[in-house]
Parts: sequence; C-alpha cells; structure tokens
Amino acid sequence: MKSSFFFVAMLCLFTTDLYAIDLDALIRHYAIKAEKENPVFSDFDLERGKNLYSKSFISGKKDTPSCTTCHSKDPTQIGETRAGKVIEPMAISTNPERYRSLKKVEKWFRRNCKSVLGRECNATEKGDFLTFMKNS
Amino acid sequence: MLFLSCALLAAYACADKNHVGVINDPETKEECGGCHFAFPSTMLPTASWLEIMQNLDNHFGEDASLDVRTNQHITNYLTSSPERSEDPIFGFTDGIQEKKSPIRITETPYWIGKHFHISEEQLESGLAGLKARCTVCHLRAESGIFRYE
Repeated sequence: MKSSFFFVAMLCLFTTDLYAIDLDALIRHYAIKAEKENPVFSDFDLERGKNLYSKSFISGKKDTPSCTTCHSKDPTQIGETRAGKVIEPMAISTNPERYRSLKKVEKWFRRNCKSVLGRECNATEKGDFLTFMKNS
Repeated sequence: MLFLSCALLAAYACADKNHVGVINDPETKEECGGCHFAFPSTMLPTASWLEIMQNLDNHFGEDASLDVRTNQHITNYLTSSPERSEDPIFGFTDGIQEKKSPIRITETPYWIGKHFHISEEQLESGLAGLKARCTVCHLRAESGIFRYE
C-alpha cells in the first residue's frame, strides 16, 4: 500500500515536472524544431515576431485578421476575446505566469494561427513570436 | 422549526426559476470558459451541443478545436451531465425541433421570450458582444443565477 502511494506520488511529481516549463525552455524547444524544419535557420528575430503579432492577414478567418484583434496592440496590456472575456497580457514582463506548459502553448498556437493566418505556424514563427513576448 | 425553515428555503432555492446552474466539470469550465462565459449545459438540447462540438474548428468564426480525448469528455458532459436530468423547471429546450436545433442560445425560443423587451440595439450596443455576455446584466450568472439585477 505504502509503496503504491509512493509510486503514485512519484508519478505525479514526474508528470508535473514534465509540463513545468518556462519561456526560455520553450524558445530552446522551438529553436531545435526550427533547425530541423529549415536548414538555413540561424536565430529567432524579435522584429519578425513583432511584425507577426501586429500584421493583418487575409488568409485566415475574417473575424480575426490579426493577433491584435483579441490581444491588445501592446502585449503588456490586457486583451479581450470577441465574446467579451478578458485575456491576460501576452508579455512576460507583465504576466510572468504565462508560458508554463508546452501543451497549452501548442494548443493556442494551433488554434490561433489557423484563425489568423489560415494555417499552422512553423517553428520559426513560434520562436519569433515568443522572442517578442520575452522582450516586451 | 428552524430546520423546517431551512428546508423550505432550500426547496425554494432549488425551485428558483432564476437558478439555471453552472458548469460543474473543471475541464469543461476551463476549455469553454477560456474564451467566453461557460454556458450551462441545460441551455441547449443534445443535438445543438453535438453540432457545436463537431465543428469546433470553425466555432463562431474562430478555431477552437480540441484534442480528441478532451472533445469527447466535454461532449459527454454537455450532453449527459446530471444537471440536465435534474432540471425539469427550465424551458430552454422547449419548442425546439431536433432538426432545427440552434447552435446559438440566443436563438432558442426560451431566450428570445425572456429578452423580447430588450431591443436589438440595446443588446448589441455599449459593450461588444453583449448578447454573449450574460454577466453584463445577470450579475450573478457565474453562480448560476440569472435574475435581472
């Protein structure tokens, strides 16, 4: 009984640890993926990330042309979903609790890139975006 | 006597027509409530929830898709949560034909009947997406109470 409790406790600890992550670790994760996707990849670029965040696209869904449709134009500020729910800031400087789970980050990139760009983002775009958020 | 009063009060609270209920499943609450007010499962018939959950990649103009396991879990909750069978008072699903099941709660005859005195302009003006924001007028909606306050 005692040993099974210990096993479950260790499993929980391991599972929690697996998802406990920070922004730097996420950026490293996408750098590895970007190198695999693109042989000439050198590094992430803050300006490219900023541009991706602010740019309006016509390839996605018409109600969400840009990240800034729901997130504030200034990522240090709160945003609002189209249904009126507050979105906490994207910038790590004003929201240090963000970017703690790769699973969650991947879920939102998948959905929101499809909504805004009409396709999934590649690893370079994800890394650029996160680099912008790290420095905002 | 005190016990009887409490019992009567409790019975009254249960029968309160303004107490619609809340989403009790943490995963459903987190996923639905991430973008909008987590509408109680009693507000739409099963056919509507199935239609919504099968088309999350285009959810009112946005991609809100979920992994298969989460989708299945939430679908099960929305269509067979205990609150749905324990809620004989409400008429949200009354008058809805299965083949014409709306995916917007604001298109159910019950919702329209309850809000007929408010003009479309009033509903849509002032705060963006007001129709979807129950909490603007129903201050205790997060607790499942939909009295106009």
